[in-house]
Amino acid sequence: MGHKLKQLWRLMQGEEKRYWGAILALGFATVFVFMVPLVVRITIDSIIGDKPLDAPGWIVSAIHRVGGVEFLQHHLWVIALIMVVLTAGQGVFMYLKGRWSAEAAESMAKRLREQLYDHLQKLPFAYHSRAETGDLIQRCTSDVETIRRFFAVQFVEVGRALMMLALVLPIMLSLDVQMTLVAMAAVPVIIAFAVFFFIKVKAAFQLSDEAEGELSTVLQENLTGIRVVRAFARHDYEIDKFDAKNVDFRDKTYRLITLLALYWGLSDLICLSQIAAVLVAGAYFATQGTLTLGTVVVFVTYEGMLLWPIRHMGRVLTDMGKALVSIGRIQEILDEPQEDMLQGYPPEGHDTLKGELVFDRLSFGYTPDLPVLKEVSFRIQPGQTVAIMGPTGAGKSTLVNLIPRLYDYQQGSIRLDGRELNTYDRHWLRQQIAIVLQEPFLYSKTIRDNIRLSRKSAPDREVYDAASVASIHDVILDFEKGYDTAVGERGVTLSGGQKQRIAIARAILQNAPILIFDDSLSAVDTETEAKIQRALAQRAGRATTIIIAHRLTTVKHADLILVLEDGRVTQIGNHDQLMRQDGLYRRIWNIQHALEQDIADEIGESNEFYPVDDDSRIDEPVLTRS
Amino acid sequence: MSSYEAFQEEDYSKRFDLALWKKVLRFTLPHKKYMILLAVFMVSLAALDASLPLLTMYAIDHFIAKNTLEGLPLFVLIYLVIIIGFSLVVFCFISIAGRIETYVCYDIRTAGFKRLQELSFSYFDRKPVGWLMARMTSDIQRLSDTIAWGVVDFVWGTTMMAGIALVMLYLNWKIGLIVLTVVPMLAIVSLYFQKMILKSYRNVRKLNSRITASFNEGIMGAKTTKTLVREAENLQEFKELTGGMYRSSVLAAVQSSLYLPFVLVIGAIGSGLAIWFGGSGVIAGTLTYGTLVAFISYAQQFFNPVQELARIFAELQNAQASAERVMSMIETEPEIKDDPQVLQQYERVHHPPQNGKQRGVSTTRVMSQQDRSVPRMRGQIEFCHVDFAYKEGQHVLSDFNLTVRPGETIALVGETGAGKSTIVNLACRFYEPTGGIIKIDGTDYTRLPLHWIHSNLGVVLQSPHLFSGTILENIRYGRLDATDEQVVEAAKLVHAHHFITTFENGYHTEVGEGGSLLSTGQKQLISFARAILADPALFILDEATSSVDTETEQLIQKAIDRVLENRTSFIIAHRLSTIRAADRILVLEYGKIIEQGNHHDLLLKKGHYYNLYTQQFVHEHEEVMLGACQA
Repeated sequence: MGHKLKQLWRLMQGEEKRYWGAILALGFATVFVFMVPLVVRITIDSIIGDKPLDAPGWIVSAIHRVGGVEFLQHHLWVIALIMVVLTAGQGVFMYLKGRWSAEAAESMAKRLREQLYDHLQKLPFAYHSRAETGDLIQRCTSDVETIRRFFAVQFVEVGRALMMLALVLPIMLSLDVQMTLVAMAAVPVIIAFAVFFFIKVKAAFQLSDEAEGELSTVLQENLTGIRVVRAFARHDYEIDKFDAKNVDFRDKTYRLITLLALYWGLSDLICLSQIAAVLVAGAYFATQGTLTLGTVVVFVTYEGMLLWPIRHMGRVLTDMGKALVSIGRIQEILDEPQEDMLQGYPPEGHDTLKGELVFDRLSFGYTPDLPVLKEVSFRIQPGQTVAIMGPTGAGKSTLVNLIPRLYDYQQGSIRLDGRELNTYDRHWLRQQIAIVLQEPFLYSKTIRDNIRLSRKSAPDREVYDAASVASIHDVILDFEKGYDTAVGERGVTLSGGQKQRIAIARAILQNAPILIFDDSLSAVDTETEAKIQRALAQRAGRATTIIIAHRLTTVKHADLILVLEDGRVTQIGNHDQLMRQDGLYRRIWNIQHALEQDIADEIGESNEFYPVDDDSRIDEPVLTRS
Repeated sequence: MSSYEAFQEEDYSKRFDLALWKKVLRFTLPHKKYMILLAVFMVSLAALDASLPLLTMYAIDHFIAKNTLEGLPLFVLIYLVIIIGFSLVVFCFISIAGRIETYVCYDIRTAGFKRLQELSFSYFDRKPVGWLMARMTSDIQRLSDTIAWGVVDFVWGTTMMAGIALVMLYLNWKIGLIVLTVVPMLAIVSLYFQKMILKSYRNVRKLNSRITASFNEGIMGAKTTKTLVREAENLQEFKELTGGMYRSSVLAAVQSSLYLPFVLVIGAIGSGLAIWFGGSGVIAGTLTYGTLVAFISYAQQFFNPVQELARIFAELQNAQASAERVMSMIETEPEIKDDPQVLQQYERVHHPPQNGKQRGVSTTRVMSQQDRSVPRMRGQIEFCHVDFAYKEGQHVLSDFNLTVRPGETIALVGETGAGKSTIVNLACRFYEPTGGIIKIDGTDYTRLPLHWIHSNLGVVLQSPHLFSGTILENIRYGRLDATDEQVVEAAKLVHAHHFITTFENGYHTEVGEGGSLLSTGQKQLISFARAILADPALFILDEATSSVDTETEQLIQKAIDRVLENRTSFIIAHRLSTIRAADRILVLEYGKIIEQGNHHDLLLKKGHYYNLYTQQFVHEHEEVMLGACQA
């Protein structure tokens, strides 16, 4: 608790001045608030009434200067004006308080949002692989909002209640000690009651929240599965299911509101009894002659002003509890260590890479006891095109993710241009590597901006060229707004294949010495893939290119083919070399042979036999798979 | 609920829409009793609220001014009774308003949900789930909130102001009138400020949903951001957004904090006028001390409800926007629905259900049939000159003809967009043809009840959808009155029994939200069990393209064979074995059948199917070799 309170305090750093200003302004406003009843008291007792002036000396002399009680009696508008001026004074300070506390809370929220955003971006790749997006967004939005609201509304409210007490107590005491005791009797009771009640009610809040969550789940499942519901004609069943949750939520929320009604009813009872006590005691003391009428009026008025903010303390405390929980949830994110972006070679950004890559007995696992890559060794010359193939889960993606240091290895070594990879500065290294991820992400910008993200200075001409290589240029031109078409929620919905191709265009535009395709043609149809292959082949030699692929046509023309099975390199060489070996590579090529056999069996006639290494049948663009 | 906020920033209509509110208020009719009770309580609350200064006045005039304690015990007693009454009224009005809020919310939600269960697929194609969720959750919440608490504030505020005004006029009409002269001023200032503040807050909300979207993008795209080294630029763009948010929020807060002093000062003018003229009255002997004090408190109290009332009017506008969206959803007419005549006819012919049962064709059933409430479909489907377009002018099918015999298995193959799903959706009457007719068992299916068609239907989708709950419950979704034994039997038939029993809780294993705790293959097997339990006459299978491990693949294949027995079925096929086993294969291109026949005949043609087959053959075998490590 104390730890979290400290965190709460730390959030305010840089805003202390505004907060103190807001609390001070609130204090001044309160002073003005308290002055109005005092004016009323003097007016009733001594100006309208005939009691002797009982006020600080400066007020007495001020009254005399304007012409004395006599004058004021006939010019009561002066009193009215004083009241208006005092209230205006209160208004000015209320305004300042509102402004400063808003500025403080909002800039705190702004800083917190930016800090979270920045931090999330700089968390390592591994964190994002296991993170739950929905939960993170919840923390970044609702939790920040809870904290913001606490600071904007409730935090100053605590100051207000304390300030009221601090100001009103001396005034009351100076007026009448006995009455003060009567007036304050219920204050501790109210605070204790508020705290006690809100602790009790917490469970009811939670029940209602949970019921709402369940209701949403049923609703969400029904809407996403509406086709199943319809296909089984389960209309009535679903309505019953929904109704059960709907009733549950209704009843739990109603119960919560009834509890709150109890709270407000009871606390009203306490507060009003306190006011009644002041009134009755005041009447009693007044008849005893120890109290003037005006003083009674002051006490009754103050009591009204004081009690409601105090009654509110229960609310403040609950909200503070919520804010503390939110801070904990946010701190969990902020406590995750960031990736170190800027340490290593080169110290001052210079030089570009040649792109020579040597893996030497490299082993890697996401958890130490579960190696994904085992003693992998190979060498890639600058400008070579390398294809990696192998079964799902063999470690292909892991291997290429190591190159831009998205993960760090511990065993074995990777040397890039002769230098150990993990001595490179990540920021610089990643600029030298263009990688298209398995599931590429497009930002909600225009297509042009999305492609140009990799090289902001690229002229339109080069953007179009890159798009052509990725075989997406014509598709883009077909859109109504062409390259200015927005992507994402507010723009067009692109197919998986189109997204991949835009990401490929982006990578090509980067003009990096190393180009990596992490299975990034999986959603592209065979025909288009072949086109992209041809376009890439024309660029061969410009960059060291690493392609993870499933289709043989993609792999065949590579300078070097790596077959990865269960984390080990089982075959390495070019197409001709691998075809001469007994292994996975040749087995896959032999499928062609099996096909001939299958068709012959089915049709019952003998087909002409194709030699095993003839891939013309596959190369030939045929109808795409649906 | 913040994730749904993004769907909420549509335009607000400015004018008060009476017709719309009439529709909304219809939802309060069942709670008329409570609404009246609430109004009564609010009036008494305002009366009690207004009477408290009178008690103070009485105490001053009778005890303090007269310097006597006579009658004090009675006064205390009356005071206590009033206080207790006040507290009781507070308790009652809050819980009654809470009751109205929660019950109206419940009613509107129920109406909305029922409507959603009737709406056609085309509606769900247009409205994303998030949009619908926002309507069903936050919009309905806001609407019922405004109905209940708006009434509270409105009745309390107006009665309070009216009551105080009346008491003041009664106590001394001259001074009362003088104090009330500030009311018009107050009204003008309030209207001006509230409009401004409302606009600012809308702006804040809009920015807020953009920030949420930005966080979403930042997190979803974090990996890509890393590879592009765009962290700094992204942060810069995000800062522009938060900067705008800061300015808008502060502006809204400043406007609110400016409004408050105005109300206070106007209130002080009222009190000032009371003391000026009331004080003169006391001096002149025409007014008692107590009345003066009462006037001063009344003048202050009078202005308390103003802020509340101003707020209601502001919220009413927001609520109206919610009401528009919710009501438009509830009032959407399903595009596909039964002709009332058809329903009537059906009722006459087929009820009681026993008669209908005898009319059904009984074939050998895998599962023993218990009381089937609907007669069985034979399963002959005819497409006669069918046209169809999802959007005006964009024909997916035109003049499409097809006759499917009862029990025939049809495999549909072809590229994405060739019209495979369209044909299936039309056959199920999830959509209706825009031209031509479709006949089921020889009758135009628009002349048949929808419920009957759908009750005869079994569907297994590409990505199987399960509901939270146990495996048992999910399979039983196919036939709600199935016994546990029948569920197990169905699971055995599709070879799901084995993997289910390996779970610790067996059939009582929770599947998680959307089935997330199971693998895709397991979900598929369960959805087959669900379908076979329903024992449909017409079966639709949209085969999964993604591969599962070889063992499960074989189980699924066996399950498919089982399900297809004796049923008319449409398969959007991807797997060679399924395609090969079909009675008839339709090769589709641009909504036309370009080849049809069985596997053997089509291969002989060496046409489109031949190419498709060879390609799929290679692909599938590659997948077997390369996917070996999965699962």
